[in-house]
Amino acid sequence: MRTLRFLLRKEFLQIFRDRFMVALMFVMPIVQLLILSNAATFEVKSAQMYVVDRDHSASSRALVDRLRASGRFVVADASPSMALANDAMLARRVGMIVSIPADFERDIVRMRTATIQLVLNAEDGAAAGVTRSYATQIIASYANELGASLSPAIVAGPALEVRARGWYNPELDYRDYMVPGILVQLVTVVGTLLTAMNIVRERELGTLDQLIVTPLPQSTFIAAKLIPLWVLALVELSLGLLVARFVFHVPMRGNIALVFVAAGIYLVAALGIGLFVSTLVNTQQQAMFVTFFIIMIYLLMSGLFTPIRSMPAWAQMLAQLNPVKHFIGVMRAVLLKGASARDVVQPIAALLMFGVVTLTLAVRQHGRRVG
Amino acid sequence: MNPNALAISAHGLTCRFGSFVAVDHITFDVGAGEVFGFLGANGAGKTTAIKMLIGLLAPSDGEARVAGFDVGTERAQIRRNIGYMSQRFSLYNDLTVRENIQLYGGIYGLSDAQLRDRTAALLESLGLSESAGDLVGRLPLGWKQKLAFSVALLHEPKIVFLDEPTGGVDPITRRQFWEMIYAAAARGTTVFVTTHYMDEAEYCDRISIMVDGRIAALGTPAALKAQYEVDTVDDLFVRLARGATVTA
Amino acid sequence: MKRGALRAFMVKEFRHILRDRQTLTILLLMPLVQVVLFGFALRSDVRDIRLAIVDPSPDNATIALRNRFVASTRFRIVSISQTASAIEPLFRRGEADVALVFEPSFASHLASRTEPAHLLLTVDASDPNTGTVMQSYSRAVISSYDAELAAAALPPGRTVRIATETRMRFNPTLESVNLFVPGLIALVLTLVSALMTAISLSREKERGTMEVLLVSPLRPWQIIVGKVLPYLGLAFANVLTALLAAWLVFHVPFRGSVLLLLGESVLFAIVSLAIGVLIAARTSTQRAAMLAAMLVTMLPSTLLSGMLFPIASMPAWLAPFTSIVPARWFIVIARGIMLKGVGLPYLWRETLVLIVMAALLMAAAVRSFKPRLA
Repeated sequence: MRTLRFLLRKEFLQIFRDRFMVALMFVMPIVQLLILSNAATFEVKSAQMYVVDRDHSASSRALVDRLRASGRFVVADASPSMALANDAMLARRVGMIVSIPADFERDIVRMRTATIQLVLNAEDGAAAGVTRSYATQIIASYANELGASLSPAIVAGPALEVRARGWYNPELDYRDYMVPGILVQLVTVVGTLLTAMNIVRERELGTLDQLIVTPLPQSTFIAAKLIPLWVLALVELSLGLLVARFVFHVPMRGNIALVFVAAGIYLVAALGIGLFVSTLVNTQQQAMFVTFFIIMIYLLMSGLFTPIRSMPAWAQMLAQLNPVKHFIGVMRAVLLKGASARDVVQPIAALLMFGVVTLTLAVRQHGRRVG
Repeated sequence: MNPNALAISAHGLTCRFGSFVAVDHITFDVGAGEVFGFLGANGAGKTTAIKMLIGLLAPSDGEARVAGFDVGTERAQIRRNIGYMSQRFSLYNDLTVRENIQLYGGIYGLSDAQLRDRTAALLESLGLSESAGDLVGRLPLGWKQKLAFSVALLHEPKIVFLDEPTGGVDPITRRQFWEMIYAAAARGTTVFVTTHYMDEAEYCDRISIMVDGRIAALGTPAALKAQYEVDTVDDLFVRLARGATVTA
Repeated sequence: MKRGALRAFMVKEFRHILRDRQTLTILLLMPLVQVVLFGFALRSDVRDIRLAIVDPSPDNATIALRNRFVASTRFRIVSISQTASAIEPLFRRGEADVALVFEPSFASHLASRTEPAHLLLTVDASDPNTGTVMQSYSRAVISSYDAELAAAALPPGRTVRIATETRMRFNPTLESVNLFVPGLIALVLTLVSALMTAISLSREKERGTMEVLLVSPLRPWQIIVGKVLPYLGLAFANVLTALLAAWLVFHVPFRGSVLLLLGESVLFAIVSLAIGVLIAARTSTQRAAMLAAMLVTMLPSTLLSGMLFPIASMPAWLAPFTSIVPARWFIVIARGIMLKGVGLPYLWRETLVLIVMAALLMAAAVRSFKPRLA
């Protein structure tokens, strides 16, 4: 125990004297948090629309008007030429083309049915899908309006009224969803990357050999390497949560203690991975690359950026083995949904198992490399 | 020589990396309190041999005992009884002089009182009392080497292993080093030192010369010089390294 | 003689790179793994929506609507209960995504037509993106049911239907991998050109071997070129592998000119290289160079370039900052060439921006190396 105290002192002294580490632990996360929380949104604002109206009837104009009045579409340009419209889309001046054929109104009056064309720029992906569903909804309700106006004798009243509510995020604010995930990412980077680099640094400089030759037990060495970063990662998490609460107003509806319990256990696994990586490489540069690679895969497959529910079955199964996934689950459940201990027992148990397994494997690997 | 007084004994010690044999069945002894020079050119296998003796590398073949303990199976005991100064500077550049001393003192289990006294003595003898709070990285190379040597002796081990301790330092510092080595030997510490400065061999009680992983010569400097009919250990080494045999 | 010196220098650099197996493996694997992940695993489409039903008085109408949901294959009923209190725990535990709450005597209200029958649709919107999508899918099922009822009630030919034919241009299936590959190219080029160059140059500086180089017959620009060319070659090998994988495995389209894309990639690589050189010149240790390279190149290239998060969605104050990120312009160019098949006539503005950036940064980089001789 006494030796551990000496080593912990050395580790803390070294960490705080190392500008690189301090910057990585405090500057990078803050910058990332600020940028990510503002940039990481898929919200669709208004779309630029090109109108190709060959009908020029009251109905066609009314349709365009409905789209415009919804606030989601802005008429950027209009002409009878589809070629010009396509060109505008190629040049990225518009995101959607609405093409109304020449017999639109006539078809509606006579046959009660007409067809229009929507062309969307899917270059930016999911946004196009959202835009399409807005447009089709507006058009469908206009169709209802037309139906009611054409047949006033019929009782105009919807048969079904649907009230829709979104829970936990009524404002549909992306930040509430992304910020907990970002905090997880930051803590992971600090825990895994810095652990790996820290240990590899000793190997690179040659000080590791000097320590091996002493009667220092391996367990003390490892404990001294992992404990300071464990503490610092938790400190960083606390700071991050404070920022999330008071700067971004992310709700904290559940018991925060649960978050810290999950974080403490999760970090054991994260640090273990860092320790494991340190046994695979010889230079700090390699440590950085390998760790980034591993972290990247973990984070991408964890449900942080894309929902796990959308992944194919095999990916969802693999996600169960991903400690990040469980940790994010706990964070979001506790912060956004106000989950209690009973609700998150399962992910926390999973985290515990991962922590134990990862650490054991890593320690054994370290022993093999060093001995 | 009483076998129980042997500080180090190696028998057929071998280290193989794949098909490359770095250390080829070397056999030698070092008595307690001796200053033993382990010479050889760069790449002859000196560092590999030392790493086996101090427990950093496992031998592929043969055996060795250090301070009476087996290097293959009793490493933990060996570590309590030895000090080591590696070829690369391996104290912490980002810790102060005092912090480095206290760290290693603590690791070797010195009590607070012992730590206090020995730190003061060490600083005094090196003339570093005023620089105790300076980062080691700021010290000139010679001072760093001397500090590393002193830290290796801090816990008063029975045997101290020095790997090229005088590499890159000026002649005056080299002289000081050897004075420190003699002082340690006078206290009963066995000193096992590797070097490629052949003139330093003259300072040792006994020497061995490694060529291509094997021990080509073993004995006192005087005896070897006579045997090979050369004037300096330098000439001796050149003769051996060229593979010339002993002239009758 | 100078040409021989440069060649020898480049050979040494190549050997360095090839010997560092770990870094090399990662550099080669990373783009491939990312393509595979994004192609196979990362989707934003929502399937398998777990539906919780609250039906206080089941009747033929509620059952009909429930069956509608099941028949749509997107939904899966995970719970049927009679009271709304069942919903909250399911949501909290993450066991349900959408809840449908019928009012009592639903069918009779539906038939009476004096006032509408009520349905409450509750969606777990903690992920706003999927929340919106799930809501619109649910509404679609409900409104088709509603339309059927209305058609049955009204005399035939009274309802108006406007059919919309939609075309999603350039990426009909909204495959995320199509979107991601252009960004991936930018990332690979940035990683190798900026980060690796910065690290490699600053390592030579730190070890002191840079001084040796500077007093050799090699001129500063030759040193830079010699260091940088092997990494550039590596980067391009990477880009080609990733493109091949994307095309062969995922059929990511390539509608434009390959030559143009390669040319623009070279241009972008030059910009990144210049940044890497500048970073190495301005920092004193390898670790500082690593940190600076990450902050200045990697972070903005992933977060602010439009690669992951659309720039159109960013808040108004943030969007201008994206203009100084070179990757942002390159991604527009790459997407244009790959997905839209356009050429310089549509991309000249973005190309010009990159050219100007390259010129300015290169001048700064070369200038920052000269003082080292003094």
